[in-house]
Amino acid sequence: MIRKLLQPILAVVLGLALGLGVTWLAGENPLHVFIILAKGAFGSSYDFGMTLFYSTPLIFTGLSVAVAFHAGLFNIGAEGQLTLGALAAAAVGAVWPGLWSPLAPVVAGLAALLAGVLWGAIPGWLRARRGSHEVINTIMLNFVAAGLASYVALYLLKNPASQNPETRPIGTSYLIHQFAIFGGAPVSLALSLALLAAILVWVFLWRTVLGFELRAVGQSESAARAAGIDPGRIRIIAMCLAGGLAGLVGVGEVLGNAGKFRVGFSPEYGFIGIAVALLGRNHPAGVVVAALLFGALHKGAAALDLETERVTQELSLVLQALILLSVSADGLWSWLSRRAPKPIEAQA
Amino acid sequence: MILQLLASTLRVSTPLIFAALGGMFSERSGVINIALEGLMLIGAFGAAVGAYVTHSPWLGSAAGMSAGLLLAALYGLFVIRWRANQIVAGTAINMLALGLTPFLCKILYDVTGQTPAIPLADRFQAAPLYLSWIMVALCWLWLKYTRGGLWVSFAGEHPEALDAAGIRVNRVRWAAVLASGALAGMGGASLSVFLASSFSRNMTAGRGFIALAALIFGKWKPLPTALACLLFGFAEAVQIRLQGVSLWGGKPIPVQFIQILPYLVTILVLAGFVGRSRPPKALGTPFLRA
Repeated sequence: MIRKLLQPILAVVLGLALGLGVTWLAGENPLHVFIILAKGAFGSSYDFGMTLFYSTPLIFTGLSVAVAFHAGLFNIGAEGQLTLGALAAAAVGAVWPGLWSPLAPVVAGLAALLAGVLWGAIPGWLRARRGSHEVINTIMLNFVAAGLASYVALYLLKNPASQNPETRPIGTSYLIHQFAIFGGAPVSLALSLALLAAILVWVFLWRTVLGFELRAVGQSESAARAAGIDPGRIRIIAMCLAGGLAGLVGVGEVLGNAGKFRVGFSPEYGFIGIAVALLGRNHPAGVVVAALLFGALHKGAAALDLETERVTQELSLVLQALILLSVSADGLWSWLSRRAPKPIEAQA
Repeated sequence: MILQLLASTLRVSTPLIFAALGGMFSERSGVINIALEGLMLIGAFGAAVGAYVTHSPWLGSAAGMSAGLLLAALYGLFVIRWRANQIVAGTAINMLALGLTPFLCKILYDVTGQTPAIPLADRFQAAPLYLSWIMVALCWLWLKYTRGGLWVSFAGEHPEALDAAGIRVNRVRWAAVLASGALAGMGGASLSVFLASSFSRNMTAGRGFIALAALIFGKWKPLPTALACLLFGFAEAVQIRLQGVSLWGGKPIPVQFIQILPYLVTILVLAGFVGRSRPPKALGTPFLRA
C-alpha cells in the first residue's frame, strides 16, 4: 500500500526536479520558478478557483482513460470525444435557446454525454468486431472530430458577432451555477458533477457485476472468456463509458464557462488525461488528486511569462511530460510485479 | 493548374515521406512510434535554428536530424531499456516536444511564437524532395537485400528467432528507433527549411500522425507508404488550393472534409473495409531475454 502511493509521489518529485532543472539551465532560479508556480495555482481564492476550473476536465478525461484501461484498452481519443461533447452541448443550446431553465442544462449535458458515448463506441466496436487497434483508431478519430467541429463552428453555427472560430452563444437558461467563493473564477456545478462521476466510476468498477466483468477482461481475456464473458461486448461498453466521461468535459466548458463552443478550447485535456490516469493509478480517488496537481501546474505556469525573464508557460507541458515519462517507467515496474508468478489471491 | 497541383503535392509530401520512413524502421523492428509528431517538431526547430545560425540548409538539416535523434534516444531509453509502455511514453515525448520548442525559442530569441526568418538563399529549393525519393529506394533495397534489413524485420515479427540466431534484439531496436528519430527530424527540417522559412509553434500540426497513418495505409512497406504519403499530400495540396475559393452561390468550400480524409481512410483500411493492413506481430511488445 505504501509502495503503491510512494511510486507516483516519487515520479512527481522526479518530474518536477527535472523540469525545474531545465529552468536552471535557462538561467532562472528554480526555487523562484517553483514559488511562482505555487503562488499562481494557490495564491488567492481566484487562483485556486482557476486551478479547480482546469482540474475539472482533467478529472473527466482521467476517469475516461482509467475506465478504458481497466478493460485493457488505451483511450487516446479523449481529446476527440470531449471536442464533440462540447460541440453537442453548444449545438443544443444554440439551436433551442428558449428551452426552460431546469431542463435546458440537463438536455445539453445529456447531448454532451451522448456525443462522447458515440465517438467512443466507434473505436470500441472496431476493436471488438473488426480487430483493429483502438490506439490508432482513436488518434485518427481525434483529427476527424477536430475537422467536424471546426466545420460546424465555421459554417453551420457560426457566431456572426465574432471573428473567432466559435459557435453562436447558447440560451441563458442553459448556463449552470457558478460558485461565488472563487472571486469570479468559473468554477461551476461541473466540478460537483466530476466528483460525482469519480464516485460512480468507483462504485461501477468495484461494486457491480458489469464492472467486475470489465476488469476481468482487462486482466485476462482468456480467463474472462472461460468464465462466459464476451470480451467484445465488454470492450464496446468500456469505450462507450470512456467516451461519455470525456464528453462531459463539455458541461464545464460550454454550460459553466464559455457559453459557446470555441475551436481549440482544450489545451490537450485529453492527452493530459492519460498522465492523470496513470499517475492516479487508474483509481478514481487517485485520478481526482492527479487532476488537481496537473490543473495546478497548468494554472501556475500561466504566470511564468510575466513573472520571469526567460521561462514561459509552456513549462507546464514540459513538467507534465516529464512526470508522465517518470510514471510510465514506473507503471511498468508494478505491471511486472503483478505479472510475476505468485499464488492466486482474492481480488482486492 | 494541374501541374501546379502536382508540384505542390510533391512538395508537401516530402516531410511526410521522411517521417513515415522513420516510423517504418521503428515499427518494423517492433517499437510503436506515435512519437513521430514530437520527433518531427523538434527536428523542425533544430533545423530552423541550425540553418539560421550557419547559413546552410544542409547544416541546418543535420542539426534537425540530431535533435530528432536525441529525442528518439530518450524515447528508446524509456521504452527499450526500461520497457515503459510505448503509447504512454510516445504521448509524453509529443508533449515534451510541444512544450520544449517554444521554451527553447524564448531562451534563444526572446519570443515564443517563431524563430527568425531564414533568408531565401539559406533555404532548400528542391533538394529534400529528391532526397526523400532516393531514401524511399534506399530503404526498400536495404530492408529487402541486406542482413540488417532482415534483422529489423525479424525483431518485429519473430524476436525470439532473432535472439536464437545470436543477434541482440534490443540492439536492433535501438538502431531502428534512433534511425526513426533522425528521419523524422529530417521530415521536420523539410518543413521549416524547405516548405516554410522558419520554425513556428506546433508547426507540424498533426503531420507526424498523418505520416503514421500513411505507414499503416502503406502496410509498413517503403514504396506503398511513400505512395500513401503522396495521396495524403495531394489531399493537403487540394485543401491549400481550395482555401478561400468560393463555389456556386459564393459559398466557400468547406476544406475540413478534405482535411479529415486521410484519417478516415486509415480507419477503414485498418478495419479491413478497404484492403487489409496487418501490423508486425511483435509490435509494442518489449523484448525480454528468457
